[in-house]
Amino acid sequence: MSFSLSRRSLLRAGAAGLAASALPFGLARAQTNVILGIVYVGPKDDFGWNQAHAVSVEALKALPGITVVEEENVPETDAVAKSMESMINLDGANLILATSFGYYKPFVVDLAAKYPNVTFRHAAPLWNKDTDPANAGSYFPYLNQAHYVNGVAAGLSSPTGKIGFVAAKPIPSVLSNINSVLLGARSVNPNATVQVIFTGEWSLPVREAEATNALVDAGCDVITCHVDSPKVVIETAEGRGVKTCGHNASQASLGPKGFITGAEYKWETIYKSYADDIAAGKTPPNFLVGGYNNDMLRNTPYGAGATPEAIKAADAAIEALKGGAPIYKGMLKDNAGNVVVDKDYDNYDPYLDGMNWLLEGVQGSIT
Amino acid sequence: MTADTADKAATKSSAGPNLQLLRFAESITIPVLALVASALVFSVFLLAIGKDPITFYSLIWTGGFGSSFSLQNTLQRAAPLILTGLAFAVPARIGLTMIGGEGALVLGGFTAAAVAIPMVVGGVPPFVTLPVMAITAMLTGGLWVGLTGWLKYYRGVNETIASLLLSYIAIAIMNFFVEGALRDPSSANKPSTMPIGDAYRVGNIPGMDVHWGLAAGIILAIALWILMSRTTFGFAARMTGGNARAALAQGLPVGWLMVVCCMIAGACAGLAGFFEVAAIHGQANASLVAGYGFTGILVSFLARHNPIAVVPVAILFGAIAAAGGVIQRRMGMPDATVLVLQGIMFVVLLVSETFYGRIKFFQPRSTGDRI
Repeated sequence: MSFSLSRRSLLRAGAAGLAASALPFGLARAQTNVILGIVYVGPKDDFGWNQAHAVSVEALKALPGITVVEEENVPETDAVAKSMESMINLDGANLILATSFGYYKPFVVDLAAKYPNVTFRHAAPLWNKDTDPANAGSYFPYLNQAHYVNGVAAGLSSPTGKIGFVAAKPIPSVLSNINSVLLGARSVNPNATVQVIFTGEWSLPVREAEATNALVDAGCDVITCHVDSPKVVIETAEGRGVKTCGHNASQASLGPKGFITGAEYKWETIYKSYADDIAAGKTPPNFLVGGYNNDMLRNTPYGAGATPEAIKAADAAIEALKGGAPIYKGMLKDNAGNVVVDKDYDNYDPYLDGMNWLLEGVQGSIT
Repeated sequence: MTADTADKAATKSSAGPNLQLLRFAESITIPVLALVASALVFSVFLLAIGKDPITFYSLIWTGGFGSSFSLQNTLQRAAPLILTGLAFAVPARIGLTMIGGEGALVLGGFTAAAVAIPMVVGGVPPFVTLPVMAITAMLTGGLWVGLTGWLKYYRGVNETIASLLLSYIAIAIMNFFVEGALRDPSSANKPSTMPIGDAYRVGNIPGMDVHWGLAAGIILAIALWILMSRTTFGFAARMTGGNARAALAQGLPVGWLMVVCCMIAGACAGLAGFFEVAAIHGQANASLVAGYGFTGILVSFLARHNPIAVVPVAILFGAIAAAGGVIQRRMGMPDATVLVLQGIMFVVLLVSETFYGRIKFFQPRSTGDRI
C-alpha cells in the first residue's frame, strides 16, 4: 500500500504537531472560531466507542472559541453524508469528525471533495495521500498498546491465568487486541492463556452475554472484550463473580468488585490539537496515529479487582510503552504452529496492520 | 320511462362523483387531523420534559423543508422508503402482511453488486451493466419475497413470520458471501464486495442532489396505483384481499395472484437495494442493513397501502429523519426523540382508521342509494 510508506514520516509530523499544540495556550490561540461537528454511529452513552468520543468532545465544550455540534445513532449510509452536510450548511461547521469506520468511503471522501474549505478527519487509518482529498484525513490510536497493559494487569490479578475475550469480528484491529492481551499476560505469567469467542457483530448484546457466560463456565476468571459497547460483557462477568478488564471507555462503575483496569482512547489529545490548529489558521495533520508514546491512550484507573503487584507491573508496562518498547517480539508462532513474528516489530509497523492470526496461547479460531 | 324513474336515475348519476369526492376528502382529512393530533400529543411530551414544542416544529421545518439543501436531504432519505413502502403496500392489498422488505432490499443490493463484479472487471460499459444490475436486484428480490407468497398459499405458512425469517436468512446470506468468497481483500476492517467504481455509479437527478432512486420510486408508485386500482389484476387482487374464499369461489387464481403480488413487492425492495449499491455505497456490505425495509412498513400503513399516498408519506418520514439531526444538535435532545414522534404518529393514525365512515360530514346525504 502506498500510504504505509509515508506513514512513519506522517507519524513523526503528527507527533510534532502535538508537541507544538502543547505550547502555552495564549500563543496559539484563536483567530478562527472552531465549529466542530461530530457524528457517532451509536448512542453517546454506550459505555464504549461512542462514549469515548463524546466524553472527549465534552471536554472541549468548555474552551473558548469552540462550538460543538453532535449527532448520535447515524448509520453508515447516505444518512451520514447528509448529517455532515447539514452540519456544514445549517450550523457552519468547519471541522467534521467522522467517528465510525464505514463513514469514510464513499461519504467522507465525496463530501471532502465537495466542501474543500471544511476540514474532515476520520477515526481510522484510511486516508491515502495519493487518492483522497487534501482536506480529509485520518486519526487512530493503537489501542492494542492499552490492551497489552490490560493483559499485564490481568495476568497478575487472575488466580488461574485463564483470560476470556469476547470479540466482535475477526478483523486485524480486533485480533491485535486479543494477541496483545495474551502477550501482556505472558510477560508476567508465562502460562497465561486467552480464550476467545467471536460474536460476529459489533453489537449483539444477547450473544455477548452468552459468550461471557460460556467463557466463565470454561474456567476463565478475567473477562475482557472488543465489542462496541462492553457494558453487557462487564456486567455479566461481574454478576458471575469474575474479574474484568474494560475496552474503549471507562466501565469502572459497572464492576465495583472485579474491575481491574481498561483500555481507553484519549481522543481529547487529538481533538484539542485539531481545534488549536484550525483556530490558529493551520492545517491539522492529515494522518495522525499514535499510542502511549504521544498521549493518545490511557488505562482506566485501577479498580478493586487489581492486585498491588498487578498495578505495579501495569504502571511499569505503560512507562515502557511510552518509551516505544515493542509488543510483538520474535519469535512468535500462531496457534496453528506457523511462525508469524520472526523479529521485533515496531508498535506501528504496517506488517501488524494486516494481522490475520491468533498467537499460540490463544484458544479460538478466526474462521 | 316515467318521470319518477328518470329523476331517480339522474340522482344516481350525480351521486356517483359526489360520493367519490366525499371519500377522497375523507381520506385526506382524517390522516391530516391525525397528524395534527399526534403533533399535539407529542407537544405534551415535549412540555413534560421541559422543551419548547414551537422550537421543535420549527426545526422540523428548517431541517426537513426550510432550504433547498434541507429539501434535497429529505427527498434523498425518502427515496428508499418509497420503494420499501410499496413493497409492503402491494401485498397488503391482497391481504398479506409481508414484512420482509428488508431482506429483499439486502439480497437485491448484494446480487446487484455481485453481478457487477465480472462486468466491471470485463470492461462492460455502464449503460449495459447498470440495467443488468437493476434487473438482477429486482428478480432476486421478487423471487425471494415470491417464496413467501408461495409458502402462504401452497403450504399454509404464515406470511408475516415467513417473510421476517427470510429477511434474516437474506442478511445472513449476504454476510456469508461478503465476509467470504466475494470479499474484496483490501476491505480489511469492513468486509465488502469489490467496489464498482465511480464510472458505474448511478448519478443524481439533474439539478438536484438526489439520486435516481427517487424518480424510480415515484414512477413505480404511479404504475402500481394504476395496476391496483384500474386493472382487472388489481381488482382481482383487492377482491382476494377482501375475502380470499369468495375470490376462490369466483374462480380467481388466488395462489397465482398472491405470488405475483409478493414478487412485485420483492422487486420494489430489490430495486431499493440496487440504488443503495449503485447510487450510494458502490459496493455491498453490512451497511445495506439500514432498516429501510422496516420503516417501509410504517410508511405503507400511514399511506393506507395506497401506492400514490406512499410517496408523500415517505417524504414526511424523510423530513423527520433529516430534521432529527438538527433537533439533536440544536435542542440537545437524544436521537430517540424522533422515534417517539414516529411512534405517536403511528398509534394515532392507527386509531384514526376507526373513524372512516363514522364522521357524518363525509357521509352522502341521500340515504337511498348508498353503495
